[in-house]
Amino acid sequence: MAEHYSSFDRSGTKWLLQRVTAAFLVVVLAFHFFLLHFVNHAADVTFAGTSARMSTWTYFSLMVLFLLTATFHGVNGVHNAIVHRDGIDGWKQTAVTAVLVVASLIMVVQGLRTALVWTNLF
Amino acid sequence: MSQSYDRGTVEDFGRWRSFTAGMWAWLFHKFTGWVLIGYLFTHIAVLSTALTGEAAYNDTIVGLESLAIVRLLEVGLLAVAVFHILNGVRLLFIDLGTGLEAQEESFYASLVITGAITIASVPTFVSGVF
Repeated sequence: MAEHYSSFDRSGTKWLLQRVTAAFLVVVLAFHFFLLHFVNHAADVTFAGTSARMSTWTYFSLMVLFLLTATFHGVNGVHNAIVHRDGIDGWKQTAVTAVLVVASLIMVVQGLRTALVWTNLF
Repeated sequence: MSQSYDRGTVEDFGRWRSFTAGMWAWLFHKFTGWVLIGYLFTHIAVLSTALTGEAAYNDTIVGLESLAIVRLLEVGLLAVAVFHILNGVRLLFIDLGTGLEAQEESFYASLVITGAITIASVPTFVSGVF
């Protein structure tokens, strides 16, 4: 019987980053759900309320880190699923990587632009 | 020393009857991962209405939250997120060398806790829409 079945490259930086971001996201995703569905009901979310939260350094920096880590973890997961699992290589791998990197950049930029609308920290 | 086997593809659904707990865990983790990254892109798009102005953002949130289907999808999203979190914790422990011998039990525990949290959350998620 094999010792383990992971298909990931255990010596890679991306392998480690996937796990570090996972540990962070476990806590922050649970906090995010709890805050915006149980403490504050999603139906009661307003621009003013979001703005008040985003105007504290603690919450703002947490949400920016949340955006960055979730984007990396999710998109890297998709990359692993497509490239490693299906074993594509050559120009197809380059194309998949390029599309995912561009999609990630668009989402991060759009997320940051939105975050800056809400905050009065700057 | 690890060995590799030709197990075919998990995506071959004709094999589902022979899946072990670990294979179900792998499949569920991948499915919930796809849902979560898909939702993240949608979530940022919805939040981006704030760029248009305060009224546009508030109207979007109120409009979406007034739809029963959105509330039900939110319950589904919670279930997906809770399972991905719990199974992710299980995977992190296994990666750290703990719990491999109890990996089936911890998968079943993830499912049961996900179900319990999801069911307990339904009243909160659907309040005021039906």
